[in-house]
Amino acid sequence: MVGVEIQKPTLESAWEALSRIADPEIPVLSLVELNIIREVRIVEMRVTVEMTPTFLGCPALEYMKKEIKDKLLGLGFDEVTVELKLSPPWSTDMLTEEVREKLRVFGIAPPEKRMATLAEALQKPVACPYCRSMETRLDSPFGPTLCKQIFYCEQCKQSFERFKTL
Amino acid sequence: MALEVPSNIPREPLLRFLVALADDELVLGHRDSEWTGHAPILEEDIAFSNIAQDEIGHSLVWYTMNEQLGGKSPDWMGFERNWKHFTSCHFVAHPKGDFAYTVIRQYLFDVGEQVRLNSLCSSSFVPVKEAAEKILQEEGYHIMHSRSLVERLGNATNESHTRMQAAVDLAFPQALGMFEELAGENELVKAGVFSGNELLQQLWVESVVPVLTAASLKLPVDTKNGTMTVHAKADEGGRKGWQKEHLKQLVEDLQTVYKLSPGGSW
Repeated sequence: MVGVEIQKPTLESAWEALSRIADPEIPVLSLVELNIIREVRIVEMRVTVEMTPTFLGCPALEYMKKEIKDKLLGLGFDEVTVELKLSPPWSTDMLTEEVREKLRVFGIAPPEKRMATLAEALQKPVACPYCRSMETRLDSPFGPTLCKQIFYCEQCKQSFERFKTL
Repeated sequence: MALEVPSNIPREPLLRFLVALADDELVLGHRDSEWTGHAPILEEDIAFSNIAQDEIGHSLVWYTMNEQLGGKSPDWMGFERNWKHFTSCHFVAHPKGDFAYTVIRQYLFDVGEQVRLNSLCSSSFVPVKEAAEKILQEEGYHIMHSRSLVERLGNATNESHTRMQAAVDLAFPQALGMFEELAGENELVKAGVFSGNELLQQLWVESVVPVLTAASLKLPVDTKNGTMTVHAKADEGGRKGWQKEHLKQLVEDLQTVYKLSPGGSW
């Protein structure tokens, strides 16, 4: 394509690309919506992304790092570095109402807000993401991925997942 | 991303400390993973598989910090290192045995980890402090789970009580090995990296005794004028690298796939 100038990647295009990378386990949410991208810095054609893990043992972390690298290299950066930052720890309190609603529509009950103790937060009743009944019970405190628990709805007789409060 | 050690913190004891933390997490994580597909009920199968994944994730944090301070890579530490160079306590390497033993071990370990991480939340070495805050957040789920199992199984039936008591008798002296003094520990305490194993053990004993007692489980601990005294010989040596056959078998198992194809990737 003679005469077409290739656009240089910018901070905006980097953030835009990151907002199109889906969480591999919860594909309705992007890495930006999950609030795990802390900062993006550009020096000439090198970009550094600061990311914070949700759960430390999450096997999706390596996949996310690779996706970030691939997508940003695709924008034309020469070098992409992903740095993991543990502080301040990621918390589900960082999820917006809009993101919580997306989780619910996807079939995952959103996390409870943090309380003085974890036990207190976990005693709060949980609404079924399908029928919204409050007649639910905890089936298993751990679930199919590190970030979820398993509940059962007595009303619509379905199992559902709930995002752990962190 | 390299990290600098502040001049007031002795480097070698710091690395030893980080590797001991990591080794305990990796080895226990591996033991927990042995319940995947074998736990007595499905919920526990899921729970211990999750806990295993969490613990191994935590080991990666400490191994990574060790690497950033000039140590070997996490993969080398886990997959290439000779078992004789692990510094995990004997407690975490003991075979998983009866499910009652797994429950008691997890509870005693979770509380040990909790008191240690609480102390590390005020560590003078900032990367340690930040990692401890993050790990502590996840550990809340482990301790709630193991504690509720201890409370229920200790007081359920004759059989469950008998098996839980046998597990306590075996696990308690082993668990004391979590607090074995590390070479150079005093220098770390002086530099404010952590509060020292003697104090941590005391805090641990004070936390586990009331819970186990309420679960009708007996411990070799006397309480006089509010002071608890332990009457058991700690199973030590792991921190010095004096490892037992159990760890050898575990490490062989852990390293099998890696050694079939060194440097291979998925």
